[in-house]
Amino acid sequence: MKRALSTALLSRGAKPLLFLLCLAPLAWLVYAAFANQLGANPAEALIRGLGEWSLRGLWLTLTITPLRELTGLAALARFRRMLGVFTFSYASLHLLAYGWLDMGLALDDIAADIVKRPFILMGFTAWALMLPLAATSFNKAIKTLGAKRWQALHKAVYAVAVIALLHFIWMRAGKSNFAEPAVYGAILAMLLGWRVWKRLGRKKPALG
Amino acid sequence: MLIRTPASHEPLTSEITPRSVYLNRRSALAGLGLAAASPLALAQGSGKLAKLPGVRSAAAGAIVLDKPTAYADATSYNNFYEFGTDKADPAQRAHTLKTRPWTVAVDGECAKPGNYDIDALLKLSAQEERIYRLRCVEGWSMVVPWVGYSLSELIKRAEPTGKAKYVEFTTLADRSQMPGLRSGVLDWPYVEALRMDEAMLPLALLTFGMYGEVLPNQNGAPVRIVLPWKYGFKSAKSIVKIRFVEKQPRSSWEQSAPQEYGFYSNVNPNVSHPRWSQATERRIGEDGLFAKKRPTLMFNGYEAQVGQLYAGMDLKRFY
Repeated sequence: MKRALSTALLSRGAKPLLFLLCLAPLAWLVYAAFANQLGANPAEALIRGLGEWSLRGLWLTLTITPLRELTGLAALARFRRMLGVFTFSYASLHLLAYGWLDMGLALDDIAADIVKRPFILMGFTAWALMLPLAATSFNKAIKTLGAKRWQALHKAVYAVAVIALLHFIWMRAGKSNFAEPAVYGAILAMLLGWRVWKRLGRKKPALG
Repeated sequence: MLIRTPASHEPLTSEITPRSVYLNRRSALAGLGLAAASPLALAQGSGKLAKLPGVRSAAAGAIVLDKPTAYADATSYNNFYEFGTDKADPAQRAHTLKTRPWTVAVDGECAKPGNYDIDALLKLSAQEERIYRLRCVEGWSMVVPWVGYSLSELIKRAEPTGKAKYVEFTTLADRSQMPGLRSGVLDWPYVEALRMDEAMLPLALLTFGMYGEVLPNQNGAPVRIVLPWKYGFKSAKSIVKIRFVEKQPRSSWEQSAPQEYGFYSNVNPNVSHPRWSQATERRIGEDGLFAKKRPTLMFNGYEAQVGQLYAGMDLKRFY
């Protein structure tokens, strides 16, 4: 069973398949926007849809390592980068949709909005922190930086996740509607909690 | 002898349309076979709910010329937290609301309190059609042809006493009919209130219908108020109680987030919500995906009718 899974994950078709899966939400949103399927306020639905898929992408990216270690399926590591890059792409489209559909691409208005509204500032910060990660998401960058420094840099993804979650919670604060942010928060707590637990566990022998 | 020359922006008397022609312009258009071009013809109801016709209102500001929002949009994109916080929830879940029998209690500081059966309330005064802009505090807007009569008609009959400084409106809160009450988003029941002079404005509409039909449940059936110069949440839905009080009540949103929602909540492009600007709005169904949002008007464009009530008030403080 495990071997079959591993073979499937390592097969040549696995990455293209994941690529298509990652494109599916975007394809649906674009289709729905033009086919009038996004309800009475398509702009809002598009901006929020892209934001939600950015969060899901990030959470999936953060799931890879725990899942790999828990299942022993080392092949899962092949997909982490693609998920990360897709997360950044969705977040960029989310930012673009906000800037275009909500703010009419008026850069001065956008700048003022980022400073003025804490939840926008959070979202923008999360995106900006992802920039260096996306920019170093190819093999040569790892070589140039050295694996250690590259890894240290990419630890920023934890900060991105926490800030993105804050952005989501803050956005919903107006309606006191925290059911969904609570689900995202609980999953993130597990994903980060697992890492903390691993770390503490690893330290113990050194202490002994 | 002083001969007065009209300023260039003033119309010549010969250019002024006679009042009778103006008031009958729709029937005049209909006579020309242009009825389909009138905004009212564009604003078709569902065809499934009971008809509730209204005579064209003569109240100042009662009919805006903006294109009415499509019925499907106005009845599927709603904030009515008693049925859930998602804007699609009310249309999907409000069918559980029972609008008959329905009684509205009118009490508090008044000489003639009473319980009004909804069918008696419907006939209390002549039903009028009014086309109002609706501006939500969230930054979107619609144009809705409502059917109802001025709230003042009901208030006058209750004969409020000198102590009646405010009017408080309470929405039904029944868990068996309203699934949203299980969430603690707000303290139920939903309460809204107006200053007495606001409530007496002809523009304040006690509303029973829209698009020539009775209100759909998700829009606040069987009776609600509509206050077009205030953000939408002030226009309480599915009202069961109207109470005259001396002290300023705390409305539900004021209680939930006082730094974000004030008692007055007049539409004001110059006073931002703490988390977003109120300077512009997106007109539902009208402004395309890539269209720039339209500027929001002071008092939602009803300044001529309501501005005097707030003269001298610091609207940044009394938001």
